[in-house]
Amino acid sequence: MSTIPQELKYASSHEWVRSEGNGVYTVGITEHAQDLLGDMVFVELPDVGDTVAQGDDVAVAESVKAASDIYAPISGEIVAVNDALNDSPETVNSAPFADGWMFQIKASDEAELAGLLDAAGYAASIAE
Amino acid sequence: MAQQTVLIGKHLEAGAKVVDFHGWDMPLHYGSQIEEHHAVRTDAGMFDVSHMTIVDLTGSRTREFLRYLVANDVAKLTTPGKALYTGMLNEAGGVIDDLIVYFMTENFFRLVVNSATREKDLAWINAQAKAFDVTVTERPEFAMIAVQGPNAKAKVATLLSDEQKAAVAGMKPFFGVQAGNLFIATTGYTGEDGYEISLPNGAAADFWQQLLDAGVKPAGLGARDTLRLEAGMNLYGQDMDETVSPLAANMGWTIAWEPSDRNFIGRSALEAQRAAGTFKLVGLVMEQKGVLRHGQKVLVAGGEGEITSGTFSPTLGYSIAMARVPATVGDTAEVDIRGKLVPVQVVKPSFVRMGKKVI
Repeated sequence: MSTIPQELKYASSHEWVRSEGNGVYTVGITEHAQDLLGDMVFVELPDVGDTVAQGDDVAVAESVKAASDIYAPISGEIVAVNDALNDSPETVNSAPFADGWMFQIKASDEAELAGLLDAAGYAASIAE
Repeated sequence: MAQQTVLIGKHLEAGAKVVDFHGWDMPLHYGSQIEEHHAVRTDAGMFDVSHMTIVDLTGSRTREFLRYLVANDVAKLTTPGKALYTGMLNEAGGVIDDLIVYFMTENFFRLVVNSATREKDLAWINAQAKAFDVTVTERPEFAMIAVQGPNAKAKVATLLSDEQKAAVAGMKPFFGVQAGNLFIATTGYTGEDGYEISLPNGAAADFWQQLLDAGVKPAGLGARDTLRLEAGMNLYGQDMDETVSPLAANMGWTIAWEPSDRNFIGRSALEAQRAAGTFKLVGLVMEQKGVLRHGQKVLVAGGEGEITSGTFSPTLGYSIAMARVPATVGDTAEVDIRGKLVPVQVVKPSFVRMGKKVI
């Protein structure tokens, strides 16, 4: 069974969202998602300064098995990306909720957070 | 209900992620397919290949039968134990399967064929064998373990009796020998040194455990695919099938045109294809970010083709592929990756052998 931290919010497309304060949110993919994808070989990240809308494909996680779009779980501006993934994409496999984070968004509409899943909701969505 | 090999318990014990592979429950990986890949390139790894089909052919006309059944010529097999890779073609020159033939004795040859094609292969072989009075016997009572890597043979040796060690001593590539209850062959699907070992089902789990104890790392289908692709070896159903000529699948070297009076199934179709020209299977290399995938369109000088197998090469650190393209292809091509045309290098379809880059 994969880990689903209680304190995070989730999109049904397997991204997780963590509040860093000041309207900034860190985004990555869940342990369940990395397990489905298998060994990660490249992560294509957005550019800092990009404006994104909820649901936009903003990154690509490419594993040995498949290329998978990563969607913006909320709208806003990309304020940071995890450049370390360029050299060690496998961090997404080993620490999906920690060092394997992908990018940070400064939210333009924090009300969108309410529409995301909580841990129980995400657990239910992947059990289906 | 999927079939299981006798090693399923060992796979589950090792934490394998098990997937359905053409009706068999097989390990995809045991944690990280990339680590398993490196284990085979740098040390020793093992694969459960018990799902593959062993077919024994017996009868005084077996050699004559095989000279008709397959495109390569078993007349080349003059030393007992010698093996031959070949395509088995239909009348239209399409590849029914690719397989290995072992010359055991003058009236006994052994075939190892793919599992996904088992039923059609057996039906075809049986139908053709009738006219030659050859008996076709499947051997499901054998499991098969491929032990591959630069240290594979040394690690296997720690498990062998003195008689078995003597039997495999100095064995050249592409040979097989029955040694005690093991049929040990110097074949593989990784481009590394090693063995493929057939043994009775009842002995397989213990043998697997002994290999584990000797430091051989279990590897799954994921690593098997990246290893064989780096080695430039075809995967049936992906790089070729019944609709594809061996000439368009980098299998021209397996067709024995001489002697010209040998009649084999598909010969006249192949001769016409050779005269008319066919597409060819080439290797592609993309050093920039991204991964080439099966089915992607390839634009080359004089037309377009398609990637048959693509992957990230763990040994090289970038993506490689095999693609079937017009024979007019030059040194470069462009691949349509998710709507973007990306330049790639065109090479011979062989990328890594014996742990070394060969492109």
